[in-house]
Amino acid sequence: MSTVAPPLPYHVAGTWEETDDTRSIELVPAGAELPPFAPGQFAMIYAFGVGEVPISVSSLRGAHGGLVYTVRAVGAVSSALHRLRPGDTVGLRGPYGTGWDLDAAAGHDVLVVAGGIGLAPLRPVIQEVLGRPDAYGRLAVLAGARTPADLIYRDQFAGWGESAWVAVTVDRSGPRWRGAVGVVTALLDDLDPHPGRTHALVCGPEVMMRHTARDLVARGLAPHRVQVSLERNMRCGTGHCGHCQLGPLLLCRDGPVVGYDRAARLLLVREM
Amino acid sequence: MRADADVDASRPSGPDGLVMGKDGLAALVDVLIRRGFTPVGPTVREGAIVLAELGSADELPYGWGVELEAGRYRLRERADGAAFAHAAGPQSWKPFLHPPRVREWTADRVAGELVVTAERVAPPRYAFLGVRPCDLRAIAVQDRVLTGGAYRDPGYAGRRSGALLIVVECTEPGATCFCVSMGTGPATGPGYDLVMTEVVDADRHRFWVRSGSREGAEILAELPARPADPETRRTARAGVAAAADRMGRSMPETDLRELMARTLDAPRWDDVAGRCLTCGNCTMVCPTCFCTTTEDVTDLTGDHAERWSLWDSCFDLDFSNLHGGPVRASARSRYRQWLTHKLGTWYDQFGSSGCVGCGRCIVWCPVGIDITEEAAALHDWTRSGQPTPEPS
Amino acid sequence: MATRPGPPTDPRPTLAVWKFASCDGCQLTLLDCEDELLGLTERVRIDHFLEMTPVEGAGRERARLQGRGPYDLSLVEGSITTAEDIGRIRHIRRMSRYLVTIGACATAGGIQALRNFADVEDFLAAVYAQPRYIATLSTSTPISAHVPVDFELRGCPIDRRQLIEVVTAYLAGRAPRISGQSVCFECKRRGTTCVTVAHGTPCLGPVTHAGCGALCPVYGRGCYGCFGPSDQPDLPSMVAQLRRDGMSERDIQRVFRTFNAASPEYAPVPDLAAEDRRGPPPA
Repeated sequence: MSTVAPPLPYHVAGTWEETDDTRSIELVPAGAELPPFAPGQFAMIYAFGVGEVPISVSSLRGAHGGLVYTVRAVGAVSSALHRLRPGDTVGLRGPYGTGWDLDAAAGHDVLVVAGGIGLAPLRPVIQEVLGRPDAYGRLAVLAGARTPADLIYRDQFAGWGESAWVAVTVDRSGPRWRGAVGVVTALLDDLDPHPGRTHALVCGPEVMMRHTARDLVARGLAPHRVQVSLERNMRCGTGHCGHCQLGPLLLCRDGPVVGYDRAARLLLVREM
Repeated sequence: MRADADVDASRPSGPDGLVMGKDGLAALVDVLIRRGFTPVGPTVREGAIVLAELGSADELPYGWGVELEAGRYRLRERADGAAFAHAAGPQSWKPFLHPPRVREWTADRVAGELVVTAERVAPPRYAFLGVRPCDLRAIAVQDRVLTGGAYRDPGYAGRRSGALLIVVECTEPGATCFCVSMGTGPATGPGYDLVMTEVVDADRHRFWVRSGSREGAEILAELPARPADPETRRTARAGVAAAADRMGRSMPETDLRELMARTLDAPRWDDVAGRCLTCGNCTMVCPTCFCTTTEDVTDLTGDHAERWSLWDSCFDLDFSNLHGGPVRASARSRYRQWLTHKLGTWYDQFGSSGCVGCGRCIVWCPVGIDITEEAAALHDWTRSGQPTPEPS
Repeated sequence: MATRPGPPTDPRPTLAVWKFASCDGCQLTLLDCEDELLGLTERVRIDHFLEMTPVEGAGRERARLQGRGPYDLSLVEGSITTAEDIGRIRHIRRMSRYLVTIGACATAGGIQALRNFADVEDFLAAVYAQPRYIATLSTSTPISAHVPVDFELRGCPIDRRQLIEVVTAYLAGRAPRISGQSVCFECKRRGTTCVTVAHGTPCLGPVTHAGCGALCPVYGRGCYGCFGPSDQPDLPSMVAQLRRDGMSERDIQRVFRTFNAASPEYAPVPDLAAEDRRGPPPA
């Protein structure tokens, strides 16, 4: 058991734009360091005087060896994180929550399905699988976004595509877009994942995860081989504040990554 | 001056315990203060029996009882002069162990660097005098929530580890009490330092006292008490047993956890939503409700910030806010969240029910919504041939 | 920061305080911030505040009702009751980067919005010897009915700590920590015994916006709603409870017809209060 501790100071080593409303920041410890993060775990990032937000780690090792977080500006804290410049200091707590169960995925084909900024918590998985090809089967990455301009990590798709199946779709096309248009589940037809060999990791808006998981189960995947990353407005990260409740789950403790065998029922209840 | 003042002070109370009079209660508060405790116990204030710091046992509510009903609390005088013949008051011990506002840490910007300092204030050593068995269980429930998992809330742990718990068994349940249904009273469970049972006869007012810890035994040894006579023990036990038969409320006799899982679509939620003010009073008076929110405050210099945590409630709209809108927007979903958590999913999260049957949520609901009545209505619905999806 | 002519060396954002139909109590709250006032002036430059000073900006000229502007933060007190007010609030909005209404008048129309439920001509005839000299609108409306408002601070009057919080939050670039919860939350956090449950005292706490610190219940009396409605107030249940606590239809109507009388959330109250007379609604 550990004691809930206040944030540790971390320096901003780099910050860059991903889309119009989304930036990534790389953080390195100013002094003492947090325990290592696993893909799928999240941190509480503190913007001085403004507040904290839960953000999943989007790369375990950035260009400066730090932790990378990808943040969409939706409120006061995330907007404050967007204003950070290299050398600025934030507070960091974590790692919190369960990560993606990569042990369970080992030896299997890994199917990553992401909607919008849901690709951020999955990027460390992609990096892990690409970095240890012997430990996993084939890797497929299916990514969707509202418009081409909302796709994060676009510059990395080509690199991933050298060793993985990468398919991208958008809800609404834009100029110069020659890719697929439609929901991300439509990409599954081309891929036709092998139900016995595949382990799927899904992150995106709740409705997208529900449809994707349902589709995968209909294709024969066992529900426990479909992992989804759920969200509530986590405040403390440690399961004490109660905000992360989703029915029987405390998502800070029992999630955010949950097997669809447990999540399916919860995703069906309105206003749960 | 009592004849039993020469009883060997180091003698442990044993299962038969000791018996003492009102002077023993007075001595107890004095001993607690001398030992450095901050005694907290029931006292009459603002027309209610509230829990507050006690300077002496004279402040205990001798001769006061209460009348409880859904949405209604009234003091009434008692002819017998009893100190503890009253059911749950407006607060539990929660405000002392899990206070409504706590500063967790401060942050300062010093020469461009962030300096974070954890709050380290030595908590007072509380001695809670008059803990009801239901509230003793509630403390154990909060212990599991705030210190029983992978992370320990340091503030709670500090306040809790120093606290001395003096239970007084319940002999006077209120009309809103249902501890028997929840298996938490009126006799005490484990976890106390001292337990007392108040006995008031025609001419004798006495307390049967047993210790449950070394510190409890040491304190008891300092009190003017003598070995408990069989008659006192028998009368005390009979008083507690009689209380079990006088519960004002009861829960439906069914697996409540399963009932909650089966009834998420019950029309009763719409019915209660029509009465519920979503004011959050039930969660604030509940001895186990633990939810908090955070507040980040800054001063005008902009270089000093503080992190506070304060009581929150699942009845608050902002509680479930996600990406600019509440997940639980309707009153229906918020009442359902509270009740299903309290009686059902609490088991999944913390291995027990979240309800101890104290009845405070019934009394202090301004419109008198009754948790036992709601549970019974849901139970009736499942028995009236409604579809009952399998819980999983 | 807004760009403005003025001393280029002064990095402080500018603050302006404006008055419309109101009693001045809310702007006086700013002057009541005795402990914080000096600290405040180190962080903002008070450019326009007629209650405090007759001069504008850095003190070179007389302040006018319209102000010179632009201003970074404008605090607006009072409601809109004249045609001239409408023009002036639009002008102030244009000159203000961040506009906060302070108090029940600016946020809900104030006590003077009682005119909205009557004929203002009757009032004029009853009160003034020469009504023809009075030019007024038939309604009193909140600032937000006329221009976009960035934040609304509740209360009659506003709470000093909440005012400081709004200014501090503005300076820190964050949202003010001001909850739309009911007064019951504050009351319980303070450990106050519920006056309704323990004494049968009618109290609007369950439907009233927090912010006062549950001041009235602390002194043993019921909340009378001076902060206006909380988020999603349940008026049907509240009105039924007030009736159980002994309030008559007239009492219930009147208790909601005070400083926040024109709050849209209160609109169903007269019908709800009258239900008793009409009998229960058909099942």
